[in-house]
Amino acid sequence: MVLQYQIPGNDFSSAGEASSNFKTVLKKLGLPSQTIRRVAIAMYEAEINTVIHGGGGECKAEVNGDRIRITFCDHGPGIQDVNLAMQAGYSTASEKIRELGFGAGMGLPNIQKYADDLQIDTEIGKGTTLVLTVNL
Amino acid sequence: MLLSDIKSTLTAQVLTGESEKELCETEIHTACGCDLMSDVLAFVKDQTLLLTGLINSQVIRTAEMMDIAAVCFVRGKVPPADVIGLAREKNIVLLATEYPLYAACGMLYEKGLGGRSGGSSVSDSRQ
Repeated sequence: MVLQYQIPGNDFSSAGEASSNFKTVLKKLGLPSQTIRRVAIAMYEAEINTVIHGGGGECKAEVNGDRIRITFCDHGPGIQDVNLAMQAGYSTASEKIRELGFGAGMGLPNIQKYADDLQIDTEIGKGTTLVLTVNL
Repeated sequence: MLLSDIKSTLTAQVLTGESEKELCETEIHTACGCDLMSDVLAFVKDQTLLLTGLINSQVIRTAEMMDIAAVCFVRGKVPPADVIGLAREKNIVLLATEYPLYAACGMLYEKGLGGRSGGSSVSDSRQ
């Protein structure tokens, strides 16, 4: 099963709708609640990143026999230093985003924590593709 | 601790319209007081109450992703109608108290509602 979502850029109020929809789909599939929660949290963090850093983008969520793979692709500024971005507490988010409860530098570390695999392909000025996988 | 006990301890208002009977049927095992949603997303527990001073829609989205049963807004803050509507849609109970975050957490802790001690590990998250 493959689901595709458009992630609007800089529309903070609607951020999370794709993750919410996919979580509902996973519940209907009857997957274990712990697995659903791990997928939902990792996907939601990635969706928020796509909105606030990537300026929006596309998301593809796939359920195969033994894994769930979610791809976020944006055409934003790219990540300057991925190793630094993976460190808990490091953030380039604006003060406005921090006031909204995000930008604490926990997004990518949280995704890595909840996913079984995380791949990031980024190019300055071109954008970022993030692929997270959760094994079933 | 029952949600009805939390409501009375914090002299809280129920924003999502649940009856006392419904509140008596919701049991809360842990609580988390936080304004940083990314920190909340690192906190994995069932039957959790989130106490926060933030009132935007991402609080509800965070609660939804985490399977958080109820959210209590502190310092007399009340979220806009669309945020309350989203919580109703997702079956998340919303409370509002006049107490500030620190005092509200302390009052619940004193009544026996604990939080998570220490950080959550990768193995915790993958249980």
